Amino acid sequence: MEALDGNAIGGLLHEVFGVEMTTAKGVCASCGAAGQVAELVVYLQAPGTVARCRSCSSILMVIVEVRGTTCVDLRGLAALDLASGAGLTR
Amino acid sequence: MRTIVFGVPEWSGHRAGQHLDIRLTAEDGYRAEREYSIASAPGERVAITVERLDNGEVSPYLTEELRQGDEIELRGPIGGYFVWDPEDESPLLLVAGGSGIVPLRAMVRHRRGSGSEVPVRLLYSSRTLADVIYRAELDEPADGVEVVYTLTREQPTGWSGYARRVDEELLGEVAWPAEEGALAFVCGPTSFVETVASGLVELGYPPPRVKTERFGATGR
Repeated sequence: MEALDGNAIGGLLHEVFGVEMTTAKGVCASCGAAGQVAELVVYLQAPGTVARCRSCSSILMVIVEVRGTTCVDLRGLAALDLASGAGLTR
Repeated sequence: MRTIVFGVPEWSGHRAGQHLDIRLTAEDGYRAEREYSIASAPGERVAITVERLDNGEVSPYLTEELRQGDEIELRGPIGGYFVWDPEDESPLLLVAGGSGIVPLRAMVRHRRGSGSEVPVRLLYSSRTLADVIYRAELDEPADGVEVVYTLTREQPTGWSGYARRVDEELLGEVAWPAEEGALAFVCGPTSFVETVASGLVELGYPPPRVKTERFGATGR
């Protein structure tokens, strides 16, 4: 399947987080690479939506919808900083 | 190929390069959702340009069945990364592969609508001349906008433009030299975007100045 990028999940992430997320900065927990969500490698039907690190290909985000519930797995991220300065850090 | 204009109540306004999501719900509740780049400039009515994909779930409806006056569910504007604002006064390099022209067209229109005078070079790769979208508009660019076509599959008799795939060599001929500090937007199929983005970085463009957006057959 063809890889896209984080622009393709701007709407989905907005639904999950409630704000524009393509300019949020993610830090890969595996290799430490930091980059904007728009630049991640994204597979839309993997199944579910999978975002991988552009540097080391580690899985950073997995989003799956099961019976109307959206499950979001961010274990691959060390940090996710919103452009506004607010952020999620593990 | 069809361009559709929407009247959107309470539209918050959009920026050049943003998307919207279109959601179709069947009578049995099955939902299909696709993202489309907004083809119009900020301040213009919201428009998208849709290419019909034979096995698509959404595009056949949008290109063939949707009628004037129909209502549709859309969400947006979406995205803040692949966006151009006239406050950035750097020269603009726009590189489109196929329907990747759509968000770049919004930027060119926004430049004109906002009175910006930043110089623009638009390199647009299509298979054939008939595949060129917005050709009438692009053939009469505003002052300061240069449009360069390359036709990769078939060229009309007497074609004097480029007739090959975009690679680093072609970019070297068309793109602003790196020292001009240009801002680049690259949109197209994944392999096209990868080639162009890495070519520009090889030519000396700093990666943060090369904004990319990739789409696939299930995309817009």
